[in-house]
Amino acid sequence: MVTLTVNGTTQNIDADADTPLLWILRDHLSLTGTKFGCGMALCGACTVHIDGAAVRSCVLPVKAVEGKHITTIEGLSKDRSHPAQRAWIEADVPQCGYCQSGQIMSAAALLANNPSPNDADIDAALSGNICRCGTYVRIRKAVHRAAELLRAEKSS
Amino acid sequence: MSGGGFPREVDQPSEVDFGRRVFLQRTALVGGGLVLALALPPSTRGARAAGEARDLNAWLRIGSDDSITIVVDRSEMGQGVYTALPMLLAEELEVDLTRIKIVAAPVGEPYVNALNGGQVTGTSNSVQDAWEKLRKAGAQARMMLIAAAAQMWHINPSECHAADGKVLSTQGKTASYGQVAVAAAKMPVPKDVVLKEAAQFRLIGKPLARLDTPDKVDGSAEFGLDVKLPGMLYAVIALSPTLGGKAASVDSTAASAMPGVHRVLATTSGVVVVADHFWQARKARDAVRISWDAGPNANLNDAGIRELLQKAAAKPGASALSRNEVSASLKNGNAGDALKKAAKTLSAVYELPLLAHATMEPMNCTADVKADRCDVYVGTQVQQMTQSAAAEAAGLKADQVNVHTTLLGGGFGRRLEVDFVPAAVEASKAVGAPVKLIWTREDDMTHDYFRPPAREEVSAGLDEKGHLVAWELSISGPSITSRFDPTNKNPFDSVIEYVQNFPYAVTHFDLRYNRQEIGVDVGYMRSVSHAANCFAIESSMDELAAMVSRDPLDFRLELLAGKPRHTRVLKLVAERAGWGHAPKGRHQGIAFMEGYTSHIAQVAEVSIEGGRLKIHKITCVIDCGQTVNPRIVESQIESGIVYGLSAALWGDITLRNGRVQQRNFNDYRVLRLNETPQIEVHIIPSDAPPGGIGETGLPPVAPAVCNAIFAATGKRLRSLPISAHSLA
Repeated sequence: MVTLTVNGTTQNIDADADTPLLWILRDHLSLTGTKFGCGMALCGACTVHIDGAAVRSCVLPVKAVEGKHITTIEGLSKDRSHPAQRAWIEADVPQCGYCQSGQIMSAAALLANNPSPNDADIDAALSGNICRCGTYVRIRKAVHRAAELLRAEKSS
Repeated sequence: MSGGGFPREVDQPSEVDFGRRVFLQRTALVGGGLVLALALPPSTRGARAAGEARDLNAWLRIGSDDSITIVVDRSEMGQGVYTALPMLLAEELEVDLTRIKIVAAPVGEPYVNALNGGQVTGTSNSVQDAWEKLRKAGAQARMMLIAAAAQMWHINPSECHAADGKVLSTQGKTASYGQVAVAAAKMPVPKDVVLKEAAQFRLIGKPLARLDTPDKVDGSAEFGLDVKLPGMLYAVIALSPTLGGKAASVDSTAASAMPGVHRVLATTSGVVVVADHFWQARKARDAVRISWDAGPNANLNDAGIRELLQKAAAKPGASALSRNEVSASLKNGNAGDALKKAAKTLSAVYELPLLAHATMEPMNCTADVKADRCDVYVGTQVQQMTQSAAAEAAGLKADQVNVHTTLLGGGFGRRLEVDFVPAAVEASKAVGAPVKLIWTREDDMTHDYFRPPAREEVSAGLDEKGHLVAWELSISGPSITSRFDPTNKNPFDSVIEYVQNFPYAVTHFDLRYNRQEIGVDVGYMRSVSHAANCFAIESSMDELAAMVSRDPLDFRLELLAGKPRHTRVLKLVAERAGWGHAPKGRHQGIAFMEGYTSHIAQVAEVSIEGGRLKIHKITCVIDCGQTVNPRIVESQIESGIVYGLSAALWGDITLRNGRVQQRNFNDYRVLRLNETPQIEVHIIPSDAPPGGIGETGLPPVAPAVCNAIFAATGKRLRSLPISAHSLA
């Protein structure tokens, strides 16, 4: 039995301690917005926040995150109102969309620490997230736009 | 059923053209009269239990609550069909796009793609197929709604018109579509339909927001991997490490005793472990002891494949000209003479490697087999083939299988194959519960239907004045279609795409194909043979220009004189890219392609420092005829360029003793954000019929980059990937 706090809710889960967090989220908690892409922390499709930091959930044993606060794409906002989500919609970033939860979670973690990222900051934070549809041009644009929205939110 | 996003259908049984003949024959092959035996389309269903809803045709359902549902019969894999196709219908129906709900079509005769001869999403022709069909469906429905309202008001339909989901009369009466849908569904389907002129379009041609975006930013979009059914179990498969091998013996004792494991079973495609959860199945797979019979590929290596193609290239090959497989303007003047008399000749061998599709979502399929029915939930580009494959695996008839198409986490042609379907069905049947079979990334990478390797030999000649007097291409490589559709006797299939419409003015042209199988299954990958052939054509044109010290753009333009669509994209791309005026230290390369009835040109701007290549910018101009949604066109071209750059820079699947050496994204490198150049796409406005856009952006990028590398270094790269060459 493992105790986890996911998107603000604490729950007990009957799973083996070595199960990667990704599969706990997907199979046990039906939070399927977090995706399986590579299983080796190479593609970023499984990115979630652990105590605010972007982490690849596919290689993280669930036992290691007990007591920590986990946020998934489903918990980023209730209504797609996070600045990254708004910017993603504005720029129509997704194509197939499969990698985009991970992209947005990486962007959101970046923006939480750096409200005015430059291109190099965006490169550093998001180059671990692969997109085979090649939405990168729009992702970069959307991160800059999300930063604007975030700053506007804070100043209002 | 979990998940937001686009609901699946769950409550009902649910120039020279290669694509058409390919899929037509394939459908006949797997279906055995399948098209006629299909389940009835939704238009026969009548009212639903929850509220009054009527199907006005196979693609449109209107509820008494004014809900409007459009059935989309192409698979959404990122290319935008869940937006572009509804736009066509909504244009004529006179409804706001944002009101529309989308459902994926079941298998059904109305949903066959006429250009592909099957229910197939491929060949970049979804819009071309739907262009008349869906606008007509929208117009007919509008006319039926108007007729119903007019009848209700006892007036002539000519006194009514439709706007924004309502019928309005000249006397000021108004009825919402929902109010008249039930009556409208009983109206005769109008035969004479006048479609709008381009000037009247409200939606078509506008950069409207995609309908699938919101669900793709909050995790609610449902892909095959996300399907969840009551009592569902999870499965993992052990596939033969050697391609073409099979399990000789299986000892599942240890695996079967592991926590959560329900069953270990040998299926027609591999050994499947079924457990309560994915991770349990994944761990138990390692504990299954399998002795593999390596099969015929036990000694297959890259060098052997290369040698096979080289040997094949020495043969004369099948002539595309003598079989009328090339455009009428291409003439075989006199090969020997033309080349002998040429003032300058080029003889070049271009080589392309095997590639993996590497969709972000690994292959997966969820199956639920019962005594008299089977439901499969899957991201597929081929609903009928999926139905046939599942029926065979379940021991049921095709019409007992319901295919529920989810969103696809990338397709690129990989999901034209159904190899991952039968094992899920067999497992569900064996355990008597729904089973979701998930391939790992390693399964996916090592057991793809790979983009075939190609050896392309060009012989070309220029006369004293620098005119192109001869251009010949001999292609050697395996055939995709001969495997995909063994009944297809055409020796060329997709192999000669684009080159069969060689665009440059030439006195003597020849095109030959030496089919050489390599022991490994090859498949259709985004842009298929356009990529290899565009690389050979556009590299060779650059080489020829260099031989006579001509500007590569001017050289091409001269040979494309009298072809306005060709020359316009080239001239405009040169203008947008500042051709000939690259910043200091940067170098440019250009490439052109005509394909999918679109015309496209790209300029790559690169620099090389200390042998390290940096791609700064790709400028692209496309003329794809009438655009339905320019915002989607632009993103598709960006997408093709990025996909093409990954392949050009690093794409290389290699084999050792029949085993694929690349297993994950660490050794099959793909482009990342920090490596992505600036990309500028310009769309030429046009009222020509719509052309394809999903695959068109890909082929020119590799030759454009290699031509820029030549401009920078004088090194001519005749094989890909670029990373295999030293640029120092």
